[in-house]
Amino acid sequence: MRFLQALFRHPSGRIGASIIAIYLGVALLGALGLTPHNALKQFPIDRLKPPSLLYLMGTDLLGRDTLSRLMLGIGQSLVVAFGSVAIATVAGTVIGLLAAWWGSLWDGVLMRLMDVLLAFPAILLALLIIAIVGPGPFTSVTAIAIVYTPIFARVVRGPALSLKRREFVDAARTFGSSQAYILTRHLLLNLIAPLTVQVTLALAWALLTEAGLSFLGLGTQPPAPSLGLMLSESRNLMQHAPWLMLFPGLAIMLGILGFNLTGDALRDILDPRMQGRPA
Amino acid sequence: MNYVAQRLLTFPLILLGVSVLVFVSIRLIPGDAITAMLGTEAGLLTSEQRAVLARYFGIDQPIWSQYLTWFGGLFQGDLGISVTFGRPVLSVILDHFPLTLELALLSMLIALSAGVPLGVLAATRNERTSDLVVRVLAMLGQSTPSFVLGLLIIYFLSVVFGVVPTMGTFTPLTVDPLASLGQLVFPAITLGFAFAASVTRISRSAMLDVLGDDYIRTARSKGASARSVVWTHALPNALIPVVTLSGVEFGYLLGGAVIVEQIFALPGLGRLVLNAITQRDYALVQGSVLFVAFNFLVVNLLVDLIYVALDPRIRLGKR
Repeated sequence: MRFLQALFRHPSGRIGASIIAIYLGVALLGALGLTPHNALKQFPIDRLKPPSLLYLMGTDLLGRDTLSRLMLGIGQSLVVAFGSVAIATVAGTVIGLLAAWWGSLWDGVLMRLMDVLLAFPAILLALLIIAIVGPGPFTSVTAIAIVYTPIFARVVRGPALSLKRREFVDAARTFGSSQAYILTRHLLLNLIAPLTVQVTLALAWALLTEAGLSFLGLGTQPPAPSLGLMLSESRNLMQHAPWLMLFPGLAIMLGILGFNLTGDALRDILDPRMQGRPA
Repeated sequence: MNYVAQRLLTFPLILLGVSVLVFVSIRLIPGDAITAMLGTEAGLLTSEQRAVLARYFGIDQPIWSQYLTWFGGLFQGDLGISVTFGRPVLSVILDHFPLTLELALLSMLIALSAGVPLGVLAATRNERTSDLVVRVLAMLGQSTPSFVLGLLIIYFLSVVFGVVPTMGTFTPLTVDPLASLGQLVFPAITLGFAFAASVTRISRSAMLDVLGDDYIRTARSKGASARSVVWTHALPNALIPVVTLSGVEFGYLLGGAVIVEQIFALPGLGRLVLNAITQRDYALVQGSVLFVAFNFLVVNLLVDLIYVALDPRIRLGKR
């Protein structure tokens, strides 16, 4: 509770958290089917209608309601982002913790493996994975998770190495605490702060990557609505129907902005040394 | 171990890892290589013909032996033959690379020449209105995906100003420098925008750190002018993190060019990879991914070495 209060006292935290809350609310309404129209239904007479009271964000080439599609698209993006970041967080944390804890040879092997993954620009690694598995939302989750695992491993390993040498860890060992207990209770709990910041920023990146992959036609497949796909479809229609480009574009930007702002605020709150200095 | 030595030693290891990863991942793609190459015609082959083809392409060998042959070929610049182009993969890549390289360099130039001054401005006016404006802009810049910005730029160019950017073809820098730069300037702004935002943020925060250092106070107390303190005393040290960021980002620019090249229909390396994936030209996918990763690694190695030269504390292992 105190944590949330601190987040809302921070100017960018307040804006960021509000955006995320709205985003989640919109996605929830979409998931519950509470969209103004059926997102997949085509209204042939109402093709390419500009925004009006009936269609608040206009309609697309097939006469589908942009707002309804946007609501489902936001949900889709969030599912992929949360799913991939959750996998990357767990995998990266386990790898980083074990590399730090086991040390020497294991540390070298695990971290060099992570370096190999980091040797690919993110979108390229994702493309390679999609080439193997074939496009689709599930592939996007896997691809983004694999891309971000090494980043989490690095974020965890550094502090875990220094925590490992602290007295309280020695003390725990002397008391006979099991390795699993020390790793989860003493190391992991102390890593929550840097992990929280990283998770929030990774969510922003995951939203961006998901939208990018869908934009390239390699993420969510039509007719399922997705923000990236909607933008990509708007390309040839921008002269006649700029709203098709405007609303999904704004939605993607806002989502990324929300997570970026919250991540920055969390960094300030959790690391007082960084107060007021975006890194 | 000395940082430089350690870095130089792990470089070939990581390169080896990258080559194994790329090789194995292409082998993981369902379906065999002969079907992938011949498509439906593969169904007409007799089992003897299949075996002969398999022997010809070396895919009757165990996987480790295939890898060694492929890896040996890399040193002779042999990345295989592209099915769609009917030419050696390396020559196809080298045809498409200059555009992506020029695009990445131009984006970096734009990002650095906008980001560093803005960051310095914000840091020297810490907590004042101009600092706030720069920070908000940087935040927005970092949150704007290249495909959103690219589409907006095309929209404004074509619908509002009635200018259609040249698409589909590319004039190399060596043929007509002005036309080449003119063609790439909007894609480069699109690609470099978010990068400029990160540069602004990093320069601002590094500058704030440096401006609080003792040696800056000394310079000020010696009576150095405010301008000289900022530009000659503080900036060189504040640029160290900018150099690191630029190195990492340059690699991302090479890869991130996929989306921008797709939006502006530029025949660069990124679009080549994308088309190779959709056309299942695996030798080309394999070769170009390896090529980009190799460049990325080399750039990162160079940046690390420059970083060491700029900051001797790292050379002595006090990182």
